[in-house]
Amino acid sequence: MFALGLIGLLVRRNLLFILMAIEVMLNASGLAFVSAGARWGQADGQVMFLFILTVAAAEVAVGLALLLRLYHRFHSLDVDAASEMRG
Amino acid sequence: MFHLLWLVPAIPFAGAALLMIFGPRMAHRTAAWIGCCSIGISAVISMLIAWQFLHQPPAGGSYTQHLWTWMSVANFHLGISFYLDALSLIFMLVVTFVSFFIHVYSSEYMRGDEGFSRFFAYMNLFVASMLVLLLGSNLLLLYLGWEGVGVCSYLLIGFWYTDPKNGLAAQKAFITTRVGDTAMAVGLYLLFRQLGTLNIQSLMQAAQHQWPHGSVYATAAGLLLLGGACGKSAQLPLQTWLPDAMAGPTPTSALIHAATMVTAGVYLIARTHVLYSLAPTAQLAVAVVGAATLIAAGFAALVQDDIKRILAYSTVSQIGYMFLGLGVGAWTAAIFHFMTHAFFKALLFLASGMVITSMHHEQNIFKMGGLRKELPLAYWAFVIGGCSLAGLPLVTAGFYSKGLILWGALSSPVGSATLWFFGVIGVLMTSLYTFRLIFITFHGPCHHKPSQKTGWLMGVPVIVLMTLSVVGGFVELPSYLGNHPWFTNFLQSALPATAEGHAPLTELGAEGIVVLAFFLGLGAAWFFFLQRRELSESMAGSGLGRALHRWWYTDWGMDWLYDRLFVRPVGWFSRTNKKDAVDLIYTGTAAVTRSGWSSLRLTETGRVRWYATALVVGTVIFVLIVALL
Repeated sequence: MFALGLIGLLVRRNLLFILMAIEVMLNASGLAFVSAGARWGQADGQVMFLFILTVAAAEVAVGLALLLRLYHRFHSLDVDAASEMRG
Repeated sequence: MFHLLWLVPAIPFAGAALLMIFGPRMAHRTAAWIGCCSIGISAVISMLIAWQFLHQPPAGGSYTQHLWTWMSVANFHLGISFYLDALSLIFMLVVTFVSFFIHVYSSEYMRGDEGFSRFFAYMNLFVASMLVLLLGSNLLLLYLGWEGVGVCSYLLIGFWYTDPKNGLAAQKAFITTRVGDTAMAVGLYLLFRQLGTLNIQSLMQAAQHQWPHGSVYATAAGLLLLGGACGKSAQLPLQTWLPDAMAGPTPTSALIHAATMVTAGVYLIARTHVLYSLAPTAQLAVAVVGAATLIAAGFAALVQDDIKRILAYSTVSQIGYMFLGLGVGAWTAAIFHFMTHAFFKALLFLASGMVITSMHHEQNIFKMGGLRKELPLAYWAFVIGGCSLAGLPLVTAGFYSKGLILWGALSSPVGSATLWFFGVIGVLMTSLYTFRLIFITFHGPCHHKPSQKTGWLMGVPVIVLMTLSVVGGFVELPSYLGNHPWFTNFLQSALPATAEGHAPLTELGAEGIVVLAFFLGLGAAWFFFLQRRELSESMAGSGLGRALHRWWYTDWGMDWLYDRLFVRPVGWFSRTNKKDAVDLIYTGTAAVTRSGWSSLRLTETGRVRWYATALVVGTVIFVLIVALL
């Protein structure tokens, strides 16, 4: 599931889908924590998932704001359009 | 009166500061007043001090005025303090008086010049520096004045800076004297290192106590100081700058390059005479340098055609006489010649300034001629100054001073008949080139009518200096004329008397030969340059004559030699090393950084997905490395 998210991140050009891929990756790591916690009988896994949830919420807020700005500026959601900062 | 001593250099310095700050907005008349008055007041104060010095001489024959401490580091203490004894008093009097008359003269000569106030500012600064040099009680203060006059000389030679030629002459003077100054600075370090002080009087006492006769240190210090003196006083092998220094305004040439600054070397050697008494080798070097210079410059003066260059070479030659006098231990004779030389050489330069002004800045003597009737004052100034320079017997100042030096060269135990013989040849040359100058300029057919008349501001200084060039010699009468050595007696407290040794001739007989040489030169000049001009021209036109003429005209090819030896190699080196080898380290670092930047900037594509890929690949590689190790 994490690999699925990673591939999505690398191959999609639409920013919305990239954000969703990141979301998938975060959930994948969260699921890994929870299942690891269940396997070894520790509560830490669930605590960790709560943290990931907060981070994901913050990330989505920032990401969607960026998405809106990108759309206003370039009238598209293609991230490769925003490649003006070449070295 | 002695406590006014500090005012003597301070007033010209204040005048210079005033003229520098307010000069550009000042009327020319005001600038001239400030310039002349500052020197005038300082001359009057010098006279008052001299009066008291004669009537109530200070204890021990010297007076020291300590103003404030300049620097004090560990056991190195230096004060701004002035030291007055008979030697510095004579120099101070001559410098302030001759400078005053030259300032008065320049107030007319420079009239209408754009840089009028600038000129007076430099001149005042020059006199102030010269007085600091003369009165400084320690060698570092002397060195300060020494460099001060060097700077002023640079500024005044390049005074008309719009002509690049003048700027080059100024640079040449500055750089050439700097060569000598370096030697002098090394000499100062040596003296301080060995004797632990720079105060001249304690230095001399310490040298006398600590160094044996003929010690290596005394010889080295003496030779190094001689190097400095050679640079400043334009002696062989550093004399090449003085003839080029004639690019400056004529009063400058009169003041700096004839009367005062170039004699700083003579002053330095006389001031440190104890060192030279301890080191016979160094003293002999002084005499040899003087004798060689006076002959070489005499020949060079004989073939010049620029009125000021002839006088410049004669200055070099006369300072050669002073060095000869110092070198044979005839200390007072050298100082005596300094005084009379200041009078007659300033006179000659001021008179040549009158000629040049009225000839519309023409300086070639072959384009003049027959000016005797047109410019009577300049003519008589030249006759009197020239006679004094060449040493017309009995009635001129130059005769007495030069005779004294030559007698010292023959009779003192350090001197020898060879040195004396060189001096006599020098007398012959001096009278030959001096009267050549006078005959060609003032006699013969008149080519150009002079136009301008000169006013009394230029006339009065010339008349005063004319008088001094005649009566200046009567302060010291040799033994065959009643034996009244007033000048020597006055200097007795500061300088040792000339040692008398065995001489192959009596003083009167030796003087007779000198007089003979003078008249021989006069007669030859009269014959070749007045009666039979075509004879001298045909001599100069022949093959050998032309070669000699060219050789002497270029001052024995010294400029050519230095150009090949120093100027061109240095120029070549600086051209080939334009990129500066040492800088390679810094430019190389910059180039490596730059190439790194230009290859790494390709990865900065601005594409977010590429960054993400790079991040992933990097993480994978990192994890692999950690896992494998």
